[in-house]
Amino acid sequence: MNSAAVEETVSVSGATPPRDHSCEYVLEVVNVSKSFPGVLALDDVQLKIRPGTVHALMGENGAGKSTLMKVIAGIYQPDSGEVKLRGETITLETPLKAQQSGIAMIHQELLLMNQMTVAENIWIRREPKNAFGFIDHSEMHKMTEDLFDRLNIHLDPDAEISTLSVANRQMVEIAKAVSFNSDVLIMDEPTSAITETEVAHLFEIIRGLRKQGIGIVYITHKMSELFEIADEFSVFRDGKYIGTHASANVTRDEIIHMMVGRNVDQMFPKEEVELGEVLLSVKNLTLEGVFNDVSFDVRAGEILGFAGLVGSGRSNVAEAIFGVTPADSGTVWIEGEEVHIKNPNDAIMKGMAFLTEDRKETGCFLSLDIQENIQSAVLHENFVNGGGFVDQAKLNIESEELCRKLRVKTPDMEEAIENLSGGNQQKVLIGRWLLTHPRILILDEPTRGIDVGAKAEIHTLVTQLAHKGVAVIMISSELPEVLGMSDRVLVMHEGRVTGILDRSEADQVSVMKLAAQ
Amino acid sequence: MSTVDNTMKEANDGQEVCKKKRIPAEVSILLVLVGISIMFEILGWIFVGQSFLMNMSRLQIIILQVSVIGIIAIGVTMIIITGGIDLSSGSVVAMSAMIAATFAQSSSWPKVISPSLTDLPFVIPLAVGLAVGAAAGFVNGWLVTKTRIPPFIATLGMMVSARGVARWYTDGSPVSGFTNEFAMLGNALDRWMPVVIFIVVAIIFHVVMRYTRFGKFTYAIGANPQAARVSGINIDRHLIKVYAIAGLLVGLAAMVAIARIKTAQAGMGLMYELDAIAAAVIGGVSLSGGRGRIAGTVIGALILGVMLSGFTFLRIDAYYQDIIKGAIIVTAVIIDQQRQNKRKKTT
Ligand SMILES: Nc1ncnc2c1ncn2[C@@H]1O[C@H](COP(=O)(O)OP(=O)(O)OP(=O)(O)O)[C@@H](O)[C@H]1O
Ligand SMILES: [Mg+2]
Repeated sequence: MNSAAVEETVSVSGATPPRDHSCEYVLEVVNVSKSFPGVLALDDVQLKIRPGTVHALMGENGAGKSTLMKVIAGIYQPDSGEVKLRGETITLETPLKAQQSGIAMIHQELLLMNQMTVAENIWIRREPKNAFGFIDHSEMHKMTEDLFDRLNIHLDPDAEISTLSVANRQMVEIAKAVSFNSDVLIMDEPTSAITETEVAHLFEIIRGLRKQGIGIVYITHKMSELFEIADEFSVFRDGKYIGTHASANVTRDEIIHMMVGRNVDQMFPKEEVELGEVLLSVKNLTLEGVFNDVSFDVRAGEILGFAGLVGSGRSNVAEAIFGVTPADSGTVWIEGEEVHIKNPNDAIMKGMAFLTEDRKETGCFLSLDIQENIQSAVLHENFVNGGGFVDQAKLNIESEELCRKLRVKTPDMEEAIENLSGGNQQKVLIGRWLLTHPRILILDEPTRGIDVGAKAEIHTLVTQLAHKGVAVIMISSELPEVLGMSDRVLVMHEGRVTGILDRSEADQVSVMKLAAQ
Repeated sequence: MSTVDNTMKEANDGQEVCKKKRIPAEVSILLVLVGISIMFEILGWIFVGQSFLMNMSRLQIIILQVSVIGIIAIGVTMIIITGGIDLSSGSVVAMSAMIAATFAQSSSWPKVISPSLTDLPFVIPLAVGLAVGAAAGFVNGWLVTKTRIPPFIATLGMMVSARGVARWYTDGSPVSGFTNEFAMLGNALDRWMPVVIFIVVAIIFHVVMRYTRFGKFTYAIGANPQAARVSGINIDRHLIKVYAIAGLLVGLAAMVAIARIKTAQAGMGLMYELDAIAAAVIGGVSLSGGRGRIAGTVIGALILGVMLSGFTFLRIDAYYQDIIKGAIIVTAVIIDQQRQNKRKKTT
């Protein structure tokens, strides 16, 4: 039935294939350029990866990091320039060709088949077959278990992807990429969706791979990760290659300067704000089997941080408050009045805004342009006149101004959001909710995949909103962000609130203690 | 809900917790089938004064009717799993039937269309019918992948054109007088032949979809084409294969149908595409792609067949039959939707 598919022998035994260390570089990118309509995404760039090292790629949103990786992984064809693998020039017409040449990639956006199982996702196109040529599901299950054992991952190989949390999906992606036993492993922001525990776990895996002589390309916006895991790093800016350095001999500020070409002010511009009355009050909220008896208040001008491990129910609480999945019991009060929010529309009408965690699944309208994406939450209020006509002119002006303020990197507002870099998509989604002028703003991982410069800008923006009396709930897996921005930190563990700490008492240790119990 | 618990616990203490197996969708559909049958049985005793189920010839007719639609529905199921749709199957039935029928005539028949093609061994018309169906499917797949027009439009075009070819081919006159050998395709084994073919096809494709790489690719493309591409799957080539195989099955269904009723007409197969899609949807195949099983579709087709026969048995007016059938299809989709929502909720 499938004669054309390429047969491969797959080894997962943990034994690594012998690697050729004679070349100085496993992977070389020479003078590669790539343009899209209206954008020169890569302008004559280079990159050299040594075997057995972790090489970080740094750069602002839209600098061209992902584009370069997609060229290496055979997804985009460069306009000019070449890619050399172990000193030999290769052409990578398809992702398959790249895989077979020994290049594996973890994509910035999760690319899994949600309706299929973990094992099926990992071994797709490489399924083990039995003597009759049929897929051997039990062997596939075993191969997955072996792989997971090797990587110390605890997931059921037969679980359907759609039932997993985003962080666990990311672990599946990582395991899948490792399973190729490739010479070059590209990781495009693998830690943007996972918490510290999983990050530590990932770093363990990376160190193991490095020892085996694999060249690892690691894209991240987190400075601390650079210093922790990377041996070398290369900086890109506006599609241009800026330089490569050993990460041991540079400072954080120097890197930032290389990335943005200017200095970035303080990281967490937290300002003391006079707190107002209680805007949002949640009492004994329960969603059977997900979270239990959650209570808290947020005041006008206050930023309440939500900390906890992945799966602790932080996002679920937010979804319940916003009416995405209404709670089974408990009450929600806004300005002292009990409200019954049955769907997100009710919530928006009550002045709430909710930036969701997964920009691809629940955020972007991928087939629509930036303008349509940014205005989608305000189409039933200020910008619509009595006859039901949209005041597009007014909307365009406000949206464009917001995009400027958020520094969305795009040729124009009619660009399809799908074509924006990940960080820029995130900025558009933040803009969508700012456009609603909310009184209560819930941000779930607001700076996921956002570069340092823009991160500081978003933090400033949130601070400004707090100044204006907006109540902010900020869910973040980045502990420094939660600690840096919040007036109080609410910690969850297994669906329960284990503590609410004041800014003065909240630090890494106290929060982790409550989060892990 | 239990899945959330699982992931939570796994994330926290690294322990694999009990794996609760979800009840497969087919079981609930099977229950619906049993329920409907029992309902007709009871109504039968009340209104008609006889048993609905204890009637061998009725059961045979039901299964025979189901066979043709069922064979088509199996191909359609694969297409829907890739995230596509096929509106052309009814018309392609007519086109394959008309063309193949002219190769199946016996010289003893007074109105032979092409005298040079009479008394051929049955494999020749059979091969012609399969080839015509597969060719139509290939064109569908080619249009969908190479021109990137949506499957709905591509197969809508095929639906209109294939019907036109069927009419044009013999200027609208029906073709009958098949060789005995060919007629066996629909009547051998004491007239159970179509059922046997249906069962064999169902088993083959059940295995293909579950235990071969071909099947996995089909699900993967429907679940996330982007991910499938990045996994190294040649999406275009695979989709063309799926559409062509679905077309082949339509051709097979056409051969079984004309062999059984011993005549081919340009107007045959009308609305078959909708019945086939309905069978798949009732059987739990998700129209958004990536989810569904052959077994579900087979049961879905049986449900349609039982309903049709039951309505006739209860002497319900044909108009009402259609109204009720429409309502049942919509209900099936609603149930499917709710099943999906529930799944989302646990994420
Ligand atoms: N398919 C495409 N069509 C049009 N433009 C594109 C496409 N892919 C990327 N671009 C543009 O190319 C530029 C570089 O994008 P890229 O995704 O490589 O950035 P990045 O460095 O990975 O950023 P981030 O840190 O936000 O992920 C951006 O301006 C983006 O809008
Ligand atoms: Mg990127």
